[in-house]
Amino acid sequence: MFENLSTRLGAIFEKLTRRGALGEADVDDALREVRVALLEADVALPVVKDFLDRVRVRAVGHEVVRSVTPGQMVIKIVHDNLVEMLGGATAEIDLAANPPVAILMVGLQGSGKTTTSAKLALHLKTRHKKKVLLASLDVRRPAAQEQLAVLGRQAEIATLSIVPGEPPVAIARRALQSAALEAYDAVILDTAGRLAIDEDLMAELALVRDAARPVETLLVADAMSGQDAVNVAKAFHARLGLTGIVLARVDGDARGGAALSMRAVTGCPIKLVGVGEKLDALEAFHPERVAGRILGMGDVVGLVERASEAIEQADAERLARRIEKGQFDLDDMAKQLRQVRKMGGLEGLLGMMPGVQKVKKQIAAANIDEAILKRQEAIIASMTKRERRDPDVIKASRRQRIAAGSGTSVQDVNKLLKQFFEMQKMMKRMGKLGTKGLMRAGFPGMGQMARPHGFPQR
Amino acid sequence: MAGWLGRLKAGLARSSARLSDDLAAIFTGKKLDAEALQELEDTLIAADLGPATAARLAKAVGRERFEKDTGADEAREALAGEIAKILEPVARKLEIDGARKPHVILVVGVNGTGKTTTVGKLAKQLSEEGRSVMLCAGDTFRAAAIDQLKIWGERAGAPVVAGAPGANPAGLVYDALARARTEGADVLLVDTAGRLHNKANLMAELEKIIRVMRKLDADAPHSTLLVLDATTGQNAHAQVELFAKAAPVSGLVVTKLDGSAKGGVIVALAERFAIPVVAVGVGEAIDDLRPFAARDFARSLLGLDP
Repeated sequence: MFENLSTRLGAIFEKLTRRGALGEADVDDALREVRVALLEADVALPVVKDFLDRVRVRAVGHEVVRSVTPGQMVIKIVHDNLVEMLGGATAEIDLAANPPVAILMVGLQGSGKTTTSAKLALHLKTRHKKKVLLASLDVRRPAAQEQLAVLGRQAEIATLSIVPGEPPVAIARRALQSAALEAYDAVILDTAGRLAIDEDLMAELALVRDAARPVETLLVADAMSGQDAVNVAKAFHARLGLTGIVLARVDGDARGGAALSMRAVTGCPIKLVGVGEKLDALEAFHPERVAGRILGMGDVVGLVERASEAIEQADAERLARRIEKGQFDLDDMAKQLRQVRKMGGLEGLLGMMPGVQKVKKQIAAANIDEAILKRQEAIIASMTKRERRDPDVIKASRRQRIAAGSGTSVQDVNKLLKQFFEMQKMMKRMGKLGTKGLMRAGFPGMGQMARPHGFPQR
Repeated sequence: MAGWLGRLKAGLARSSARLSDDLAAIFTGKKLDAEALQELEDTLIAADLGPATAARLAKAVGRERFEKDTGADEAREALAGEIAKILEPVARKLEIDGARKPHVILVVGVNGTGKTTTVGKLAKQLSEEGRSVMLCAGDTFRAAAIDQLKIWGERAGAPVVAGAPGANPAGLVYDALARARTEGADVLLVDTAGRLHNKANLMAELEKIIRVMRKLDADAPHSTLLVLDATTGQNAHAQVELFAKAAPVSGLVVTKLDGSAKGGVIVALAERFAIPVVAVGVGEAIDDLRPFAARDFARSLLGLDP
């Protein structure tokens, strides 16, 4: 449903070929598309308007650099301004105060406060070598305090003992007292989720803040938030004086326009982002990546990181050596298949790449089946060790056995073997080029492997 | 009846206050000109209807009202009518098939939308209707999710089938279904771990849960509810699309409608997917799960009396 902005702008500017500078009418046409892209990414409307005004002033009359199209020029200007507005430098958690430093975590229900609290504790412990105490002030949601205690145990972070019936302000005081007595560096106070318009609960939070006097008051917000994010951030900021924002669930596929909205209305930096369910999945905020996502231009950096995560360095080196010696076998092919799946399958990979919307559509049309990868793995798994090492021995009867064993047909087995031999041939060529050539070529043969029968070559 | 309507209205009143203020500002003493129409469209965008749906609705109202001396109320009525027209086909109740022992309800969604709370509230309502309800704590991943559901189970008076934290959810669901069958429960409510719809492995886990329950009952789950958070923006489209691919999603539950978020994306979802909206959450109390009433919802959004 979300079309790539560059595709859309491309259509607008198709008629305009060479032009010296961006004219007012061109810019207005382009910005109409940018507006829709930003709104589809959930950037709040008032923020969109401000942003477009800003970009318009900078774009009109801008020289179009030779070798780029006017559309690309506008995208670059929009992108650069987005990055600027999202905040240039990354902001760290402020710990510059007398210990124990209090950090207050606030937000709506279900925004990810408890998980983020535990992640932050682990972050401070491992990256900053701090002794951290976790305390849950959430006396409303059933088992919320228990949840934080469990997370604390998983991360090997101390949590404040639970006293049933104790009100939040008293818990905050007790947490700071124990932290002072036991020489903790930081205390993270997890609070109950609340609506920004719930007067009673917001007043309670203000009392907690007055009691704890936190150095950091962090709003935990969901990356999937819609237009209301701007009101929520505004309300929490007005009431509590936020010092930063933590964006949770950035590992989803939301385009995360809420980040821009909240940053714009509060002026608070986005300090950290949650990128997964594991407790170490908390990262610094990178404005360029979010800018790319908001514009629907893919997250190339994210793709590279994901690839390096999924592919063990040692494995990659081993594979490179084997290819150099011309030893690529079916075990190596199976490993590659698994890696593709680990990175979220073909669709996941393509979704992160810029400008592949068209390819994606083609793939959908060609009816690529993710199951093909799995089936191919199954075929290889049905071979004996010897067959995997030396596929030449696989003749008719072995093919029949493999097909039966993997629940596929002999044709499927034939297809896989053909692919394998083609890959092997290519690998041998690659091996002659040396490791450098291999690295440049990326994952050799992967495109071919992923291509099902009937998918257009090239 | 008036009781819940009143509560729903009270819950929605807050979310609609800003919208109706904006609209009043647009229309009072003003003719519906191009500028007013643009403002109207902007108001709908701010309610998360999405740029495309907002533009189309504004245009529809504009076509009828243009150049007429349209007052605030008239324009609002027209717009409420348009929105209600879209929502009416999807405003349907959750149907429980009494012949099934049990009728299995699978509850799915991304993290933090309120699945466990919704399961708890549903359990209470279904047992109040005189049905025997059993709960399955299928979220074995999130810390203390099992404890949370057990507390809801106590409140609703429903037994909870739970495993150890980290246990295989598919196996647990199988056990729960087997037990519900032998004990002759009317309804089995299955809570699941929150999962982002773009995580292939987690969606495969969900598919496995369904596959495994079908070994006991080929028609299970008889209802699959996708829980959406009203604060979610346009990503709700992707959530519905991908969850419906992995599971036979038969109904939506929209939670947190008591906040300032308007949940307008439902309007676009109704147009695109036509999946019934079977309930809305308007508060944290056990009774704060309400039927979704299209006309009231549309009118409340625009600050009009039901």
